[in-house]
Amino acid sequence: MSTTHPTARPATASGEGLTSSPIYALQAVIREYQQKNRKVRALAGVELEIREGEFVTIQGPTGGGKSTLLQMLGALDRPTSGVVKLGEVDLAKASNATLGRVRATEVGFVFQGFNLIPTLTAHENVDMGLEPLGLTGADRRGRVTEALAQVGLAERADHLPGELSGGQQQRVAIARAIAKRPRVLLADEPTGNLDEHMRDEILDLLEGLNRDGLTLIVVTHDSAVARRAHRRLRLEKGSVREI
Amino acid sequence: MYWIYLRRELAGRKKQTIIVAVGLAVAIALVIVVNSLSAGVRDAQAQALESVYGVGTDLTVTGVAAQPGEGGGQRFEFDSDAGQTADGTTSVSQSRLTADFTRGTLAASTVDSVASLDAVAAASGALSLTNITFSGEMPDMSQMQQGGPGESGEPPAGGPDGAGGSAFDLNSFTVLGIDPDDTAVGPLSAVEVSEGRALTSSDAGELVTVVDATYATTNDISVGDTIDVGGSDVEVVGLIASTSSDADTAANVYIPLEVAQSLAGLEDVVSTVYVQATSADQIDTVQAEIESSVAEVTVSSQSDLASTVSSSLSSASSLITNLGTWLSILVLAVALALAVLFTISGVTRRTREFGTLKAIGWSNGRVVGQVAGESVIQGLIGGAIGLAIGLAGIWIINVISPTISSTISSTDQAGPGQGGGPMGGGFGGMAQQTATDVVLHAPITLWVVAAAVGIAIAGGLIAGAFGGWRAARLSPAEALRSVG
Repeated sequence: MSTTHPTARPATASGEGLTSSPIYALQAVIREYQQKNRKVRALAGVELEIREGEFVTIQGPTGGGKSTLLQMLGALDRPTSGVVKLGEVDLAKASNATLGRVRATEVGFVFQGFNLIPTLTAHENVDMGLEPLGLTGADRRGRVTEALAQVGLAERADHLPGELSGGQQQRVAIARAIAKRPRVLLADEPTGNLDEHMRDEILDLLEGLNRDGLTLIVVTHDSAVARRAHRRLRLEKGSVREI
Repeated sequence: MYWIYLRRELAGRKKQTIIVAVGLAVAIALVIVVNSLSAGVRDAQAQALESVYGVGTDLTVTGVAAQPGEGGGQRFEFDSDAGQTADGTTSVSQSRLTADFTRGTLAASTVDSVASLDAVAAASGALSLTNITFSGEMPDMSQMQQGGPGESGEPPAGGPDGAGGSAFDLNSFTVLGIDPDDTAVGPLSAVEVSEGRALTSSDAGELVTVVDATYATTNDISVGDTIDVGGSDVEVVGLIASTSSDADTAANVYIPLEVAQSLAGLEDVVSTVYVQATSADQIDTVQAEIESSVAEVTVSSQSDLASTVSSSLSSASSLITNLGTWLSILVLAVALALAVLFTISGVTRRTREFGTLKAIGWSNGRVVGQVAGESVIQGLIGGAIGLAIGLAGIWIINVISPTISSTISSTDQAGPGQGGGPMGGGFGGMAQQTATDVVLHAPITLWVVAAAVGIAIAGGLIAGAFGGWRAARLSPAEALRSVG
């Protein structure tokens, strides 16, 4: 793993300074589902390359396969056919254990609904993301504190999700995703449940992380989010095209 | 983090945690109480048996069921000179010793035959008898021989009613002829002398007796008195009581075996041989050897003897064995089903949570461990509550100390259909019944506590296994997709 810390590699909003090596390489990716008695093709031969440090948004109509593509990239799902390479690892052929390791170390996830555990504090929620890494207690505490500080919630570490606003909850979710120092952050409609003000706050935060070198792939319906990206993709009828 | 997450989850789902824990607690408490009561009833049965058969008696040997007309002992015989006559009324009073009509006796040599077997540690013979006193009044027999009513034209006279009628009383007590030399096994091994002295080897052939203290009190008998046994005056040399404060002795009156045989007219016979094996695992062997080497005997083991315990002790045993056990199993099954259903439902409700955990890198094993851990802790909470309720129940039972009556009927030893029921043998049959009041204790054993903890952990593990299996099957992609 070449880079794990979000502040390790600088990049610019225009994409200047990006490394030339692709972090993702997808070739002829097909994903089909069996839905009742009919077969649904969510991805129909996707060809895509994403380079390290890029800020990419994926837009498209509901049911167009955006979330499916994100799950392929996040090692949560395997394609029916095709190649999904994250670095040198082909996620399409990787074992469950390898997929689990990739999710634990290389990919950070942010969800539209935040997906925090309501009974745990902000600190503990962030700590949950470090559980699979086998770090020492002190190391974990250091990383959690750093991640919460990075998202501006150092003072709210002991608050339960229910005691935080939507924007703050999403920041905790982002802290949970970046505390492990992943290579890429995948976000599925990260501002979908937020008002305009909070949306801008979260976008500022994500942009900042990207500037610090973190590869950012965001699925969104929101054009305001897409406008901030280096590269905008549209996924329609299972195929990707540049906008 | 594991314990923090676990604790917060259980605390966050209080209702589910309480329902599962209480369900298991009730089941565990029932198992504890039922097991403890079963042990108590077993102890009570053993106590009741020991009071009759003695401490350490592994087997009893008795004669086979007698044919009609066999068995018995002395008969009541009134000749023309019997009794004392005054005012046309004859008063008679006779005491007789009788053996059990329904069961044949054994040759006294059987005791030696049994004692000579390799795996027999001790054997002792006894003759079980009933002393029946027949007393009453009837018309003067000599008048009747001279001319019955109607022949002389005179109305009947004499007797207690003055019109030729009769009135009789029957009194009985149980008598056990024992070998004073050999009391290590048999009924006298479970008694202690409360006053006077015990029978000794020097009493062989002497008209002396020791009397059950309770019987002595009831009938106003003291050491030094004489009592009528089989028509002979026998001196009371001691009073005895059961070593257990909760049980009675096997008989009312104990006399030397030779005297019993002589008074009953049953020379060189015994009714029962009490046998102690060298070790518990030799009991079956000894039983088989006796059955093969001694003809026409019935050999009963402790379990056979236990079946002779009747009355409320038997009812309690039956109630606990049947209703208690099945109720425990039913409640345990319901509690386990509840725990499994709640755990599976909890996993279903937490689909997004587990999907998220898998998405952020948690392995299947870690998720399953979390679910199983929560279930086991719920089980342990239930186990702790159940143990407390169960121990409280046992404590209440021991405080109340219910008294249970038991009747041990040796005529039943041959089994149903042989030898008749307890009353079926007439006086002889009555003589073979021993009523005992036993205080029921519910003992607390380490096994009971271990069983409670074991059931709690097993319940938690079973529920956790189902829940964990369900969680492990969750695909993170599908889990996240299913909740939008």
